[in-house]
Amino acid sequence: MELITQGAEAHLYKTTYLTPSTPAALKIRPSKPYRHPILDRRLTRQRVLQEARCLVRLVREGVNVPAVLAVDWELRDNSSSGGEANGNGNGYAAGAGNGAWILMEWIDGVMLKEVFRAWEGYVKSRTGLSDAEREGEEGKVKCLLRRIGVAVGLLHKAGVVHGDLTTSNLILKSQAAQTNGVDGDGDGKGEVGTVSPHMEGEIVLIDFGLASQSIQDEDRAVDLYVLERAFGSTHPRTERFFGEVLEGYRGSYRGAGSVMKRLEDVRMRGRKRSMIG
Amino acid sequence: MAASLLETIHLAHLPPSMPVHVAVYRDVQNAPFLRQQLLAANAEFEYAFIDASVVLSRTHLLSAVFRAVNDSMNGRLKSRNVHSEIVFSLNPTTNIAESFRKFGITDSTKDLLVVKVSVTPEITHDSVAAHLGQHVEGSPVPFDDETLAKIADVAKIKKAYKLGALNTAPPKQANGTQDDGMRRLELSVLGAIALRGAT
Repeated sequence: MELITQGAEAHLYKTTYLTPSTPAALKIRPSKPYRHPILDRRLTRQRVLQEARCLVRLVREGVNVPAVLAVDWELRDNSSSGGEANGNGNGYAAGAGNGAWILMEWIDGVMLKEVFRAWEGYVKSRTGLSDAEREGEEGKVKCLLRRIGVAVGLLHKAGVVHGDLTTSNLILKSQAAQTNGVDGDGDGKGEVGTVSPHMEGEIVLIDFGLASQSIQDEDRAVDLYVLERAFGSTHPRTERFFGEVLEGYRGSYRGAGSVMKRLEDVRMRGRKRSMIG
Repeated sequence: MAASLLETIHLAHLPPSMPVHVAVYRDVQNAPFLRQQLLAANAEFEYAFIDASVVLSRTHLLSAVFRAVNDSMNGRLKSRNVHSEIVFSLNPTTNIAESFRKFGITDSTKDLLVVKVSVTPEITHDSVAAHLGQHVEGSPVPFDDETLAKIADVAKIKKAYKLGALNTAPPKQANGTQDDGMRRLELSVLGAIALRGAT
């Protein structure tokens, strides 16, 4: 099992499901020893289930997210050793050590963060771009931004808000015949500046660790606001096109209009509405 | 007796000492007899007997097997043994009797999926193949997606998983669309299996 990334709450591994030829992503939420065991178990269980429920719902609704293959929401006790049902497999906890986990479909592709980074590097390095070329490049990136807006719109339409929309949590799925641009390994650092990155393909939303089921304008607007701020800080040269995301979003479902209005309010005051929590 | 097409599978993350044996039969003649053995809790017939018409694909079945074996290893079986748990695992709700009505063998079952987990070292490919060959009256077919797709009753499966609203086969579309619909159905089913019993 190969560790892909690690956050404060969870570790993400690349592994397989059922057969060695089916790649899968395993997200483990390890138990936190500094918490009271009863509270720890309850929180972990709640969070794992919340994430899994959101994903399952989105898969049913046809939104592009990784499917849930298996879940274990029961934190295992360290004290009592293993299951009693069968002496055979004691201690062979499937996949995970001491933690609750979600096993998800593996999405092959590149983080949009890397795509934008590569694009910004390319545009910056090519000072001699003709107006037509520059326009072509901008057209390409605008199209991608619109598609991001549509993807977020369809997510909201399905009744889920993401809670942590950034360009690291959006993946450009690699297509069968990918030719140029950022390589499929996801690092994309090798060729920054030399070629304009590839921007075709489906956008998949990942990491629903902070997601919840909501159809409130407020929650939806905060999602957009968080994404807008993420663009501002991570992709300064792309930020000025952020309007394209909102354009894509506006057209993606009924109800987007009132969310956009709410977004104005959120911009004025920031992400937190109440001063509590 | 028909030649055995029993397949033995090692599932990722499960102990290598616990392979899973799967066989598929069509035109089964003695379903009432097999069901009777289950009801009588005949230890010789400790199998998961599944009506193949409610199984979409290999992944669908093996997901249920994975969940059952994992639950069993963690001492979380809700039913009598790992084999009954496999049938129960296919069910999206926590009603065991209902799971057997919907997914288990019935007297009218014609297409049958049989699963046996090597819970003890005495259970081997050969022992399972021999026993099934002796007692199941039907024609063995391979356990592959092509065969399962032929047997699967998609309308019944959607009903069992309450996925009626899911449009699986929009007709007169490009080739890709129908596959997409089936894939979405399969992934939705996997999600339902994974989340069963979550409160």
